Amino acid sequence: MKERGEGTLDLVLGLALLAGMVFALYMAFLVAPRERTMGDLQRIFYFHVPAGITGLTAFAVNFVACLGYLARKDRWWDALALAAAEVGVVLLTIVLVTGPIWAKKAWFVWWAWTPRLTSSLVLWMLYVAYLLVRNYIPDPERRAQVSAVFGLVAFVDAPIVWFSIRWWRDIHPAPMLETGGLSPLMWPALLACWVAFQLLLIYLIRRRMFLETARDDVEELVRRAELAS
Amino acid sequence: MLGKVWTIFRKDLLIELRTKDSLNAMLFFGVVVLVVFNFALEPVRDSIRAAVPGVLWVAFAFSGTLGLNRIFAAEKENGAIQGLLMIPVDRGVVYLGKMAAATVFMLISEVAISVLALIFFNLTVWSEIPYLVLVCLVGTVGFTAVGTLLSAVAVNTRMREVLLPLILFPVVVPILINAVEATSIVLNTVDYRALRQPLTVMAVFAIVFATLAYLVFEYVLEE
Repeated sequence: MKERGEGTLDLVLGLALLAGMVFALYMAFLVAPRERTMGDLQRIFYFHVPAGITGLTAFAVNFVACLGYLARKDRWWDALALAAAEVGVVLLTIVLVTGPIWAKKAWFVWWAWTPRLTSSLVLWMLYVAYLLVRNYIPDPERRAQVSAVFGLVAFVDAPIVWFSIRWWRDIHPAPMLETGGLSPLMWPALLACWVAFQLLLIYLIRRRMFLETARDDVEELVRRAELAS
Repeated sequence: MLGKVWTIFRKDLLIELRTKDSLNAMLFFGVVVLVVFNFALEPVRDSIRAAVPGVLWVAFAFSGTLGLNRIFAAEKENGAIQGLLMIPVDRGVVYLGKMAAATVFMLISEVAISVLALIFFNLTVWSEIPYLVLVCLVGTVGFTAVGTLLSAVAVNTRMREVLLPLILFPVVVPILINAVEATSIVLNTVDYRALRQPLTVMAVFAIVFATLAYLVFEYVLEE
């Protein structure tokens, strides 16, 4: 059994994350310009959008990890899949909470069933379902294998969900990052927040995986102790 | 391979025809859902025709979930799953046989629910029937393609019957959206060319998930 714990890498990563978060807050609240029509309210953008992008990254990591587990049957991949899905659900929850707060002021409604909102909500439900599946399978090997299959289903489903509802009318702005509608003065703050969220993703995934492998080790020790006695 | 799929399909059909466990529950639950919706939609009685496609597919999906739940739970309860696993065939064949059976059960209950809905909501359809059958067929195959896989996922868990709808409904959102859309095109419009898009999405969904399930089925069905 390997010794596991707080490595140098985790320490460096944690410090970088702390610095990145402070810097991101500084950029989003003090450096980025005030938006003309929405005023300071628009600053929620610097958390809403990066959380969304990072959440999608987390689900992509989950997909790769599910494939990895089915191919290799190594519990490391399972821990990665679990950690990525949990962090992804948290990030998407941030998106789904900040979105309505912003929408209430900008659109005068909390929620509208537009393609982007609906598919984000369905995506969130898919990964909550993934975590539910995990939660109700006691045996670790079965849990890893069966949930990996569900992870594949969820990831394959996401684009079909998006395609199914894309003909609905949409009041959500198209990604301004692609259309170039974002003021050049806002880019630095957005990038700073994006980097901070990515660091958060990596850090949380690592900590969660550590927790999961530690839990495995404890179970292994208990099993050995039972065999020895 | 088709012969083997047929054998498994025939076995499930025979068991069902003799016990009628699933079908009775599915049909009755469909009736219950329709009646409940009748109360829920009382305030919009005048525009009921617009709501019928949604009501129908919710009833189909709920009663279908009951049927899907039984498709593996019954094997598990009677310890028959060991026998099923010992058959020297690819696990994907077991999946296809089970999926075919689930699809037939669901179609039978859909016919009964639809006839009742026509009576309850006072609708007259004759020339629309072939199109409705087509929409139901494609939508149901999509539903059971992923439903059969997730039913096998759910029997692995402690919650079994409770868990299936929780994990199935988010996944079948594309089917529900497109099936409701297609049904309302048939019932409420005259231009059926618009059917092509929802039918295509449902067909793609069915093919993608049937293929995926065929490939990964061995991972969920183990003892």
